[in-house]
Amino acid sequence: MADLRTSIGKLELANPVMTASGTFGYGTEFADFVDLDKLGGVIVKGTTLHHREGNPYPRMAETPSGMLNAVGLQNKGVDYFCEKIYPTIKDYKTNMIVNVSGSAVEDYVATAERINALENIPAIELNISCPNVKQGGMAFGVTAKGAAEVVSAVRKAYDKTLIVKLSPNVTDITEIARAAEAAGADSVSLINTLLGMAIDAERRRPVLSTVTGGMSGPAVKPIALRMVWQVAKAVNIPVVGLGGITNATDAIEFLLAGASAIEVGTANFMDPAVTGKIVDGINEYLDRHGFASVRDIIGALEV
Amino acid sequence: MKKYILDLTVRDNVSVGKQMILLRLTADEPLPEMLPGQFVEVRVDQTPTVMLRRPISIHYYNKENNELGLLVQLVGDGTRWMATLKAGDTLNLVLPLGNGFTLPTDTAVRPLLIGGGVGVAPLPYLGMKLKEMGVEPTFLLGSRTENELVQIAEFEKVGRVFITTENGAVGEQGYVTQHSVLVKEQFDQVYTCGPKPMMVAVARWAKGAGVACEVSLENKMACGVGACLCCVEDTKEGNVCVCKEGPVFSIDKLSWQI
Repeated sequence: MADLRTSIGKLELANPVMTASGTFGYGTEFADFVDLDKLGGVIVKGTTLHHREGNPYPRMAETPSGMLNAVGLQNKGVDYFCEKIYPTIKDYKTNMIVNVSGSAVEDYVATAERINALENIPAIELNISCPNVKQGGMAFGVTAKGAAEVVSAVRKAYDKTLIVKLSPNVTDITEIARAAEAAGADSVSLINTLLGMAIDAERRRPVLSTVTGGMSGPAVKPIALRMVWQVAKAVNIPVVGLGGITNATDAIEFLLAGASAIEVGTANFMDPAVTGKIVDGINEYLDRHGFASVRDIIGALEV
Repeated sequence: MKKYILDLTVRDNVSVGKQMILLRLTADEPLPEMLPGQFVEVRVDQTPTVMLRRPISIHYYNKENNELGLLVQLVGDGTRWMATLKAGDTLNLVLPLGNGFTLPTDTAVRPLLIGGGVGVAPLPYLGMKLKEMGVEPTFLLGSRTENELVQIAEFEKVGRVFITTENGAVGEQGYVTQHSVLVKEQFDQVYTCGPKPMMVAVARWAKGAGVACEVSLENKMACGVGACLCCVEDTKEGNVCVCKEGPVFSIDKLSWQI
């Protein structure tokens, strides 16, 4: 049995396997399939300051080896999370991490402040892919300036581990990653979904109510892996890798590319028990290759 | 109810009508309890074109012979792959998912089970449960032509069966909501599953007649357990997941214009 422990800054993980926000609910939805305490972390669904109804149905389109979603951050707001959801998840031994979203800097800050007060939430993942309503609707995460603005504001209000989730829909993701690092992020996670589109030719209509949506699943893995590799070389903070991870081999590829931990997303829909299998598979790989610790393979890609 | 991921064995797989199959599945271990109106998610990711599980209604669950039946319409690569399964093959399912139909507490109730197309799938099991309780179910089944009418003999074993076809080949000509039985007889509870326009028409009729009505929705879904928020239906309480809060809803809860 290899040592599977890893860390994201000061956050200690029992192993590198976490779940991606929006694909695993609050974890409890999957408790019949996976021992949640066996996971390195559970990143719960995107939480905003106020209740959001999300986008109209249809919100999902299946694509070759992937899917598009246009959920639109449906959630009941941070107060509901603190009062109703937190008590049901706080006693798990795994790291329960909250994904925080918003459309104004003040909203991100107010949400992060509320989460900061929750003893058993050791970290947040800041989703900076949301449109900035005050700056013409362009997402914070698509410019270095926008990313720096929101990350530095949240940094001042939040003193636990701050992971910033990066959008791949940019010209140079390393520039955004460096801006997040300079603004005080403890870690960056990538990639969020890729902007895509699906058309129903028979009806001559878009499949999604929002026309475009976020693409995820095995099809995006090579892009995610490339971006993780680039960002890991560009920053000195730990990188969390995600995008199309479906099995232990995929997870190991991200670790080799430089990720200190990984997130499993869409694969949870194919096999609700997959996260536990990935933990076991990483251990099996380490034993088979004679590595004592998972840390030995992080960034160990030989080029 | 606890949910399971199980490898089931195909007992047999037969064509039903022109575009459907009936899959009979079993397992070495006893299958978990399943309720009428619940569904399963079938793993079909054998090709790059198909990744997500396919949500399929429970057609019947027979505890005595440890058998689960799925009536599947062949609409895409996932379901067409299911049509190639043979006796002895293994199929991976997540089950049971969602909430079933609300069973009556009074055996004097007169339920009407209205199905259209492959939407008839969850109704036989509901009918069987009602019959076990001592309640006489009545089925009203609609289709475009005689070709989409399937499993009629199975329905007749459970209760009375009335039929409409749009071309008039079998039963009365027209839509289910035009059948004379709706005028001639009194019903206290309607359960329906089928194409959305049909369910909306049934809901409108039931509301007008003052009859309680439950509909089973089949919005496109991914996770099946209320995590991804893709399959939402607009209700009086906002967007809710069909997979977790449904698939069965009372029409009083929906935001349908009826």
